[in-house]
Amino acid sequence: MSKDRLSDLRFAAGKRPEPVTIYVDGSPVLAYPGEALAPALLAAGVRVLRTSPNAGTARGMFCLMGVCQECLVWVDDQLVLSCQERVRAGARVETGAPL
Amino acid sequence: MMRDVDLLVVGAGPAGMTAAATAAEHGIETVLLDEQDQPGGQFFRPIPATFDADALCRSNPDYAAGEALRARLAASGVEMLPGRKVWSAEPGFRVDAVGGAGLEKWRARQVILACGTTERMVPFPGWTLPGTIGLAGATILLKAHQMLPGRRTVVAGAGPLLLAVAVGILKAGGQVAAVVDLARPLDWLRALPGFASRPDLLRRGAGWVATLKRHGVPVLSGHAVTSAEGDDCVRLVTVHPVDGSGRVRRDRPARRFEVDALAVGNGLTPSVDLSRLLRADHEFRPEIGGWVPLRDAAMRTSVPGLFVAGDCAGVAGAEPAQLRGVVAALGALADAGRPVDRGQLAKIQSRLARQERFGMTSARLMTFPQGLVETLVPETPVCRCEDVTRAEIDSALAAGASDLNQLKSWTRCGMGPCQGRMCGETVATLAALGKGGRQAVGAWTVRQPIRPIPVFAVDQEESGK
Repeated sequence: MSKDRLSDLRFAAGKRPEPVTIYVDGSPVLAYPGEALAPALLAAGVRVLRTSPNAGTARGMFCLMGVCQECLVWVDDQLVLSCQERVRAGARVETGAPL
Repeated sequence: MMRDVDLLVVGAGPAGMTAAATAAEHGIETVLLDEQDQPGGQFFRPIPATFDADALCRSNPDYAAGEALRARLAASGVEMLPGRKVWSAEPGFRVDAVGGAGLEKWRARQVILACGTTERMVPFPGWTLPGTIGLAGATILLKAHQMLPGRRTVVAGAGPLLLAVAVGILKAGGQVAAVVDLARPLDWLRALPGFASRPDLLRRGAGWVATLKRHGVPVLSGHAVTSAEGDDCVRLVTVHPVDGSGRVRRDRPARRFEVDALAVGNGLTPSVDLSRLLRADHEFRPEIGGWVPLRDAAMRTSVPGLFVAGDCAGVAGAEPAQLRGVVAALGALADAGRPVDRGQLAKIQSRLARQERFGMTSARLMTFPQGLVETLVPETPVCRCEDVTRAEIDSALAAGASDLNQLKSWTRCGMGPCQGRMCGETVATLAALGKGGRQAVGAWTVRQPIRPIPVFAVDQEESGK
């Protein structure tokens, strides 16, 4: 595990800023401010973002460009596309919405 | 907020940035809208603004080119407004967007649409499992987020993104369990003459193949993913051989790969929702991605004052996109009565024509695989949003659903939040089987809002906030 990048899924490219803490379903998670939220969650091992309304199947990010609408999560009580939402210190993220 | 502007450009990818910068440099009042928080589109997508890009610019010429275009845009006098989702447009032109401050209404004399493309998908059981992303999505993850999709990924599908993603993962230190290419060696050989005009791309492709060999990555040509399995995320991928038209050979042995990620995609299709909403005429051109707006050599659509640029006019790649941006801008300037260097325009148009010929050759490799859709098992979830299976679609077709809009009413396919962007190609291909082709089944009627918009944005407007 690459301690300096918080996860072995991130690779070195340029300098990243100091990590901050966000809260995912109540648990603290370290992520980089300015990163998109869905990738930050992936790096922290959180792949399941919500469930489909009809069949209730687990869903995660898919297109990463704001088209598929799969990556919807609640952030500070607003429903957002986590592939476009940026990590902010102290953000409260809730996954698992059946939407 | 309602504002008047001479020229509105929608989409800040290579084409939109170039079109807007060119127009503004010629002195026309130009506003550029994009839904992302920084300009760049997909090809020039930047890493987060909080990260330091210097090292990336030094090591990656494509990234440096994107930064240079962003710098040119910033210096050109364009009013660049990021974070704006265009959700409606009306002839005349009125364009509605929702952004950070709420609703914005624009009235523009001329509009250039540079909306790019979306990726086409062929579904399979398990394609909705977390850990499965598009090839375009994997490209974004690698380039803009500096992240691997997983520790061990199967990379599958068709088109130029396939090898690029596989090599990108290897170069970033990840494992590729297999490359699963729908195309067969014969398909690549047939496309070879078209590559003769782009020896640089041939060299790059050869380099990619060598890299895969060096890492011992199995490359399965003429194969497709037929299922993904796992509890809450993908763990096992099954792959079958296909025949020349993409039909799955379930009578032949399958291969299985243990993974924690799967990247899959089947080429790109132009985003035409805005050009349809604005009532431009379209035609079906499978070799350049599907439905495209009719346009002339100056990128004019059938609607006066409406231009298109980049891949939303037909899939051709990033270089032609930038040239199309210049042509559209000069075309708009000329139509607005501004002085334009006709000699320069003619030179660019001829360069563009040469590049577009090449783009068409590689796009043929990305023809949507009808055979693969034909052999989808009935329980395959086709519509992700509404969990509609192939069996349900086939029932509706058997019951007499005659075109795509009727099929949508009967099955709910296309009614979900993605508005049919994920399942559209598959549904249209299923509907077209035995009906004489895609033109016969039409296209889903585009209605506003063309993007889901938050109710609070409308709410704030109503209460005058």
